[in-house]
Amino acid sequence: MQVSPVVATAPKSADAGTAAVVIEGVDKHFGSVQALRTLSARIHYGRLTGLVGPDGAGKTTLMRILTGLLVPNTGRVTLAGYDVVRDNDAIHVASGYMPQRFGLYEDLSVMENMRLYAQLRGMDSDRNADLFAELLDFTRLGPFTMRLAGKLSGGMKQKLGLACALMARPKVLLLDEPGVGVDPVSRQDLWRMVQALTDDGMAVVWSTAYLDEAERCESVLLLNQGQLLFDGPPQELTAQLEGRSFRLEDVGAGRRSVLTEALDLPSVSDGVIQGAGVRVVLRDGADVAQIQALADRTQVHLAAVPARFEDAFIDLLGGGPGGTSALAERLPPVELDSEVAVSCRKLTKRFGDFTATDSVSFEVQKGEIFGLLGPNGAGKSTTFKMLCGLLKPTAGEAHVVGHDLRRATGAAKSRLGYMAQKFSLYGLLSVRQNLEFSAGVYGLEGGVRRERIEEMITTFDLGDWLSATPDSLPLGHKQRLALACSLMHRPPVLFLDEPTSGVDPITRREFWTHINGLARKGVTVMVTTHFMDEAEYCDRVAMLSRARLIALDTPDALKRSAVSPERPDPTMEDAFIHLVESADREMEAAA
Amino acid sequence: MNAVSQRTNLDEARGAGLRRFDPKRLMALVYKESLQALRDPSTLLIAFVLPVVLLLLFAYAVSLDAKNVRVGVVMESPGASAQALAAAFSGTRYFDASFAHDRREVADKLVSGELRGYVVIPQDFERRLAQRGTEPLVQIITDGSYPNTANYVENYARGVVQSWRAGLDVAAPAQAVVLEPRYWFNPELESRRALIPGAIAIVMTIIGTMLTALVVAREWERGTMEAVLSTPASVAEILIGKLLPYFVLGMLATLGAAALAVSVFDVPLRGSLAALLLLSAVFMVPALGQGLLISSLSRNQFLAAQIALFTGFLPAFMLSGFLFEIDAMPALIRAITALVPARYFVESLKTVFLAGDIWPVFARNLLAMAAIGGLFFVLAKRATRKNLE
Repeated sequence: MQVSPVVATAPKSADAGTAAVVIEGVDKHFGSVQALRTLSARIHYGRLTGLVGPDGAGKTTLMRILTGLLVPNTGRVTLAGYDVVRDNDAIHVASGYMPQRFGLYEDLSVMENMRLYAQLRGMDSDRNADLFAELLDFTRLGPFTMRLAGKLSGGMKQKLGLACALMARPKVLLLDEPGVGVDPVSRQDLWRMVQALTDDGMAVVWSTAYLDEAERCESVLLLNQGQLLFDGPPQELTAQLEGRSFRLEDVGAGRRSVLTEALDLPSVSDGVIQGAGVRVVLRDGADVAQIQALADRTQVHLAAVPARFEDAFIDLLGGGPGGTSALAERLPPVELDSEVAVSCRKLTKRFGDFTATDSVSFEVQKGEIFGLLGPNGAGKSTTFKMLCGLLKPTAGEAHVVGHDLRRATGAAKSRLGYMAQKFSLYGLLSVRQNLEFSAGVYGLEGGVRRERIEEMITTFDLGDWLSATPDSLPLGHKQRLALACSLMHRPPVLFLDEPTSGVDPITRREFWTHINGLARKGVTVMVTTHFMDEAEYCDRVAMLSRARLIALDTPDALKRSAVSPERPDPTMEDAFIHLVESADREMEAAA
Repeated sequence: MNAVSQRTNLDEARGAGLRRFDPKRLMALVYKESLQALRDPSTLLIAFVLPVVLLLLFAYAVSLDAKNVRVGVVMESPGASAQALAAAFSGTRYFDASFAHDRREVADKLVSGELRGYVVIPQDFERRLAQRGTEPLVQIITDGSYPNTANYVENYARGVVQSWRAGLDVAAPAQAVVLEPRYWFNPELESRRALIPGAIAIVMTIIGTMLTALVVAREWERGTMEAVLSTPASVAEILIGKLLPYFVLGMLATLGAAALAVSVFDVPLRGSLAALLLLSAVFMVPALGQGLLISSLSRNQFLAAQIALFTGFLPAFMLSGFLFEIDAMPALIRAITALVPARYFVESLKTVFLAGDIWPVFARNLLAMAAIGGLFFVLAKRATRKNLE
């Protein structure tokens, strides 16, 4: 992409060295909830600053204070030299802000949105025709100027939001989670654009819960529960972990039990599955002997690997959870008549003349963790919903544990557990009532029902929260409750739709501990995710793009397919981008 | 683009940005809102289709006049006078009379709702009529579960009996005073003529209050407000930019409804069009103000719609004198109607359509509407801040 320096901001010489944003002792609370605690930091011009932290860390609150949309309870903030409270009007001129939710008008076209924002920022669109042309070129939205913003893809929406925030050349650009809901290909574009802007002297703040995004920022502010944990270049934090990260190479089929064992070792603070291998992080000052012993016993090679930002983050928060899932321990092993738990053949769904899923076929073995990955609008949700009986296929067939979904939807549903996005718990019912409801909905009665509910309460440690509402639970507990509800009837197949989106890394690890445990008991797990590193937990991954299945293989094989001279060790994200792009090329060639 | 032009652009931007009220920004917001309103089919439905439906409804379906009320006439007396009286009942257009000889036949029909009342001409009717010093008795039974209709039946039946009696014999004492009623403004007492101007007030309330409350709440719900608030646009610009298009929409709807009322439904417009437009324009002030106030209290479309329904639409329907006459309400409710802007508008509309340009009436009502509207705007401005607190 030709990146043009469209938005030359403030003169570099005058502002170089001075801070774009100065935050001094800021406190902010909403009622009794403390969102920010005595936060002090500086953000500099010409730099990409990451505002990093799990959900509820206070990122959006801080962003809104910086744009003058919220007033701090104590402390003060200046942006480009203006006080955010006193010089509120000046703040809105000096800053460009892109809210977390798409803030543009979906019923206006791309061009109409851009004109509106140009005029609101006091610019004449006729006289700034060349700026418009440059912005359109920069965002590659040129061919879509007449399209309604609501009809754009997630990535294009973010680019349009960026173009509107860049009108009138702000000195400070504030982007609240611009990477959410954007597929890796569009995310790459956003990075390149932001890079061009900082090279021009603009201060850019990029808030994110993705730790791989944080790693790409020049400087990060790491927030957790309203507190600043770290302020500086991410490499500095990662460097503190040097020499503590290892990988057990090519463990293969036994990797889940190896991970469990590794996590239960006292010297290991964190561990994840990476393809066929297991990646572990040792505790500060811990000896490598225990993990070496494990490697020797399982006869695999133990290699030292470079530390990642995520390792450092987990370490700062005190390490990940243990490896044994109390839930899976209690479950009896799953018995199925057939080794194939889920299968579909030429599965197709059309909405009018739009094909959401186009002739997708695959088979999932019993006890397998099977991932569905794809850019926004690729058709993974549609495919997923057909497989769990929520949508009727237009053509093709699908079976779950032997039941034909076209005929025996009810029977199939009673054999599968489903955990929807955002947990979908009943906010007005207590924790116990939620459990009772799901037990009732799956037809459990009398003794079995009481027994199962009690079992879930003890396994997931929900005893102290029974009369609380789900919304008041800590995120980790909320996720446990959702999982408990979907497992109440002990289904042999579990469907998880974006189960960990918006969940902090520690909670995510705890969640995967349970999923790994379930898989070892023979439960088949179907999962959609947009976390690339989560795809590594899967046995096999199906990649969807433009309604078609473009690749189906183990994570390692998918990564290998993207190996090139300049990319000897591609990540899952690299593989994803590579596969989507080559599928697109093939389609264009065919057309 | 060279450095110099960039600099001027930045200064320009800042100059405009720091201006508290900028007509260009306002126009941009008005243009945006108009595009949205035109693209949203529900807006056009509410502004142009709903008035037609409401007018049709009030013109044909809702009628407060009792005509052709089904009654029974029981002739227990076979005499000639009784026959003549019965014929008088069947002769009036207010009644749709059916005849019987036994009251048991009609009593069941009254219970089942087939009849709204019945008149009994008793066996001794002829005898009492002939006898000096005694008056013949006629019994009227009505259905008290429809009090309004029951009243009509009673009064009309009384009238029928009286006029029959008056034309009967010279011997009867002539009535000392004869009442000759004339109904001004609506000589045929057609309720349609009084209802249709009121319906326009309902339409305006829906557009002004309900639609405005919804569109502002929608901006909060969709997150577009957050983005607009982060630009240099001021609160006044954002709010006026929202209101102007709906003001125009309301006026267009009024014009359309008025044209329909006059041309199709035969409602006279005795006052001037200018007065009608002035009244409508001033009524839009409290209507829009109320919508704005609701949306600043609730940033959720569902809640905003509920509040608008209960504080805007229902009072305009029930407490404005549109359907139920305010003079007939208990004192407390009458006092509450003083706060309902639609009340002043309904009175003004009835005046301008049925009576003419009566400025003393208009002045009083215009003042009241402007005052209530001003109050709403002050409250709304107070409740709206340019941040998300």
